[in-house]
Amino acid sequence: MKLNINGKQVSVEAAPGTPLLWVLRDNLNLQGTKFGCGVASCGACTVHVDGQPVRSCSTAVEDLEGSEITTIEGIEGPAAQAVQAAWRELDVVQCGYCQSGQIMSAVNLLATVTKPSDEDIDAAMAGNACRCATYHRIRAAIHRASDIMEA
Amino acid sequence: MTIQTSRRTLLKGTAAAGAALFIGIRADGSFAAASSVAHMNPFVSISDDGVVHVILKHFEMGQGTTTGLATLVAEELDADWNRVAVHFAPADNDRYKNLFFGAQGTGGSTAMANSFMQYRQAAAAARAVLVQAAAEMWNIPAEQITVSGSVIKAGTERADFGELAAKAAALTPPENPKVKDPSDFHLIGLDHLPRKDSNLKVAGLATFAMDVKVPGMVYVVLLRSPRFGGKLTSFDVSGANGVPGFVGAKALPTGNAIAVYAQNTWAAIQAREAITAVWDFKDAENRSTDELLAYHRSLLDAPQFEAVEGADRAATEAAVAAADTVVETELTFPFLAHAPMEPLNCVIEPTATGIRVHDGCQFPGAVKPTLAHVLELDPANVEIRTVFAGGSFGRRATTNADYQVEAAMAFALLGGKTPVKLVWTREDDIKGGYYRPMFAHRAKVGLKDGRIVAWDHRIAGKPIIKGTPFEAMVMPPGSQVDATSVEGVNDSHYDIPAMSVGLSDAESQVPVLWWRSVGHTHTAFAMETLLDQVAEALGKDPVDFRLELLPGQDKDQQRLAGVLKLAAEKAGWGKPAAGRHQGIAVHKSFNTYVAEVVEVSVTDGAVKVERVVCAVDCGIAVNPDVIRAQMEGGIGYGLGHVMRNQITMTEGEVDQFNFPDYEPLRITDMPAVEVHIVASTEAPTGVGEPGVPPVGPALANAVYAATGKRVSRLPMTESGITFA
Repeated sequence: MKLNINGKQVSVEAAPGTPLLWVLRDNLNLQGTKFGCGVASCGACTVHVDGQPVRSCSTAVEDLEGSEITTIEGIEGPAAQAVQAAWRELDVVQCGYCQSGQIMSAVNLLATVTKPSDEDIDAAMAGNACRCATYHRIRAAIHRASDIMEA
Repeated sequence: MTIQTSRRTLLKGTAAAGAALFIGIRADGSFAAASSVAHMNPFVSISDDGVVHVILKHFEMGQGTTTGLATLVAEELDADWNRVAVHFAPADNDRYKNLFFGAQGTGGSTAMANSFMQYRQAAAAARAVLVQAAAEMWNIPAEQITVSGSVIKAGTERADFGELAAKAAALTPPENPKVKDPSDFHLIGLDHLPRKDSNLKVAGLATFAMDVKVPGMVYVVLLRSPRFGGKLTSFDVSGANGVPGFVGAKALPTGNAIAVYAQNTWAAIQAREAITAVWDFKDAENRSTDELLAYHRSLLDAPQFEAVEGADRAATEAAVAAADTVVETELTFPFLAHAPMEPLNCVIEPTATGIRVHDGCQFPGAVKPTLAHVLELDPANVEIRTVFAGGSFGRRATTNADYQVEAAMAFALLGGKTPVKLVWTREDDIKGGYYRPMFAHRAKVGLKDGRIVAWDHRIAGKPIIKGTPFEAMVMPPGSQVDATSVEGVNDSHYDIPAMSVGLSDAESQVPVLWWRSVGHTHTAFAMETLLDQVAEALGKDPVDFRLELLPGQDKDQQRLAGVLKLAAEKAGWGKPAAGRHQGIAVHKSFNTYVAEVVEVSVTDGAVKVERVVCAVDCGIAVNPDVIRAQMEGGIGYGLGHVMRNQITMTEGEVDQFNFPDYEPLRITDMPAVEVHIVASTEAPTGVGEPGVPPVGPALANAVYAATGKRVSRLPMTESGITFA
């Protein structure tokens, strides 16, 4: 089947029902998208599908033909740049394994709400688990990214 | 513990560190590909482009050691931070041992503590030969030379590290390289030095073992016994034959699991689901949680071992019985999974003489000989490539190299020629054991004339280290007490007269393991909630009362009192805002002193953790921002588990399966956190774990202040506490 990933058409061979996550990781070598739980509970596998955050571990690949898929490797634009800059500036990461997913969710939030409140942030990020508990800095970095975008 | 460094070994120039190492990270986060390298010593290299390469004997699981060790080197070399690259060391117990363990490994919050002088000396030696090279080149005395930002200067002469590296590498380093006086530090102690691992991780480009691929690799998941100690009777793979990509399945020689091979991860997971197996549970752990809790509590009735040297249990019991007032507590703590974000995995591939293991390897010193033994190889032919680890919290630090051995068995069963990647799913992780052990505590504190006269403490749980090859680390010859069961109680620094700590070892088939802050996960909770109960019985303020028990007779008491006062002051102790309630706790673990004030609110009976104020004394603060991050993270990790996490079992089978029923702390649960670092000139101590122990008891004390409810069974949800 054909998929549109990070602006490119790619052909993949995968059994029906294969989650997008494993196609990205095992077939396409796009390994920035992480496997954390496999049941859409941790958000480490978050990608954008037609601009919306989606848990790739629980999305069958055959349902995505014709959709625009963006992974951490392909994000661009003001929100993405601001989020990644803020993440670096505040040194949000610890182990870093969940951070691709965190960043994908944060970018989506800022693309839709330019000045998010703490409540907006909590609501948008509640599905992204971080076992290192970097949440305190994630909140601060999203506010910082919002400021960067405004500047 | 004494740090013994053989300077000769340390400074011996060695080419064995190898150009292969230089598949690493450049200062700017890109991959390094240095053309030539001048090997100063096993810890520092400088390439001809002037980049300083720091070889990290410790791995990175998020705790910031990558940044910390690089800071030590950059400081002593006066290097430009943006031109310092980091590389994980190969497995080598001789050169890269943890000086506290005697073998290569990371744990016990020791990375900075054991490396502080070693890495500084290594960098000071490299600096000395660079300066000498410049002195010879310019024909001037070395004293006229200054170094700053990776540039060596004297008068109008200037040279970059890279220009001098080759010449310097040919020189002999001084026998006693002089390290800086702390007053000259400009990087150590800098409030925020950018992390070395941020760029790669923010871009999704950091390589974890889960991301390692080698040509021809086969993916493996294991179908394990659903009960600990179960043995495989028979299995049927016919259901898996229709799964595209399924390669085959073989029973492990241990008889406790089946290796399921496939061409990709998803196929392996699908095939496993289609395989049926019959298990013999005759010798398995077949008890349920309620039985195990009752068993642990029953062990408290007759302690097996005394954990306080010279204590007289009978006299303590008599003194408690004769007291005016007795304050009592009984607490139970559940099994806990570590659940690092990156599920366990590793890759093993064949080499000409043995194997190469790609792993977020926490204990190379144990993994290397263990895999050599399992595969009947010379340990020299077991190569370990350490990559970033997606968290650990202790889980990757098994004394038996559990998951690497599984991978090795799967590799061998396939013939030893095909590379394999073993992947644990989250379900494997949650159900897979190696938990923080279940523990029970019972304590009676006798009070007379407004003070404590005796403290009878009893602890029961399965020991973590006793009976393993690491036993000698924590148990002196002849001792029956696994220190990890009692640390934080039997070595309490409070002025407590007549303390006896009775320990009973619990027996079960459930594999147990150190879990971020080890014994302190339960001992701090017991001590610090009980002290609040005692303070209440004596009509004293919890902070004032603790300070009475920490009169400053030694450094431990002074430093505990110091963080306690600082946290109380910064939190506005005793003056919470309307609708807020406070609790406090202080604890020493891993030679670091931490006090935390937790502030909660209660709405419709549901508790919300609003704010945590933390004060930490970890000696010289090498990287204050990393210390803050570790306190923030430790507080979050501790909170989530104390609030609601537990592994329970029904007839030996773990009830939980994944994050939906082992619910991690979420951003919605995370309080505001403030961290205050005590200025200190003491040697640096660890920060990865010590943020965890105080937060649970501080929360319980705050919840009591808010609701009048005491906690007797953890997690707190089991004691009738609900959270918003």
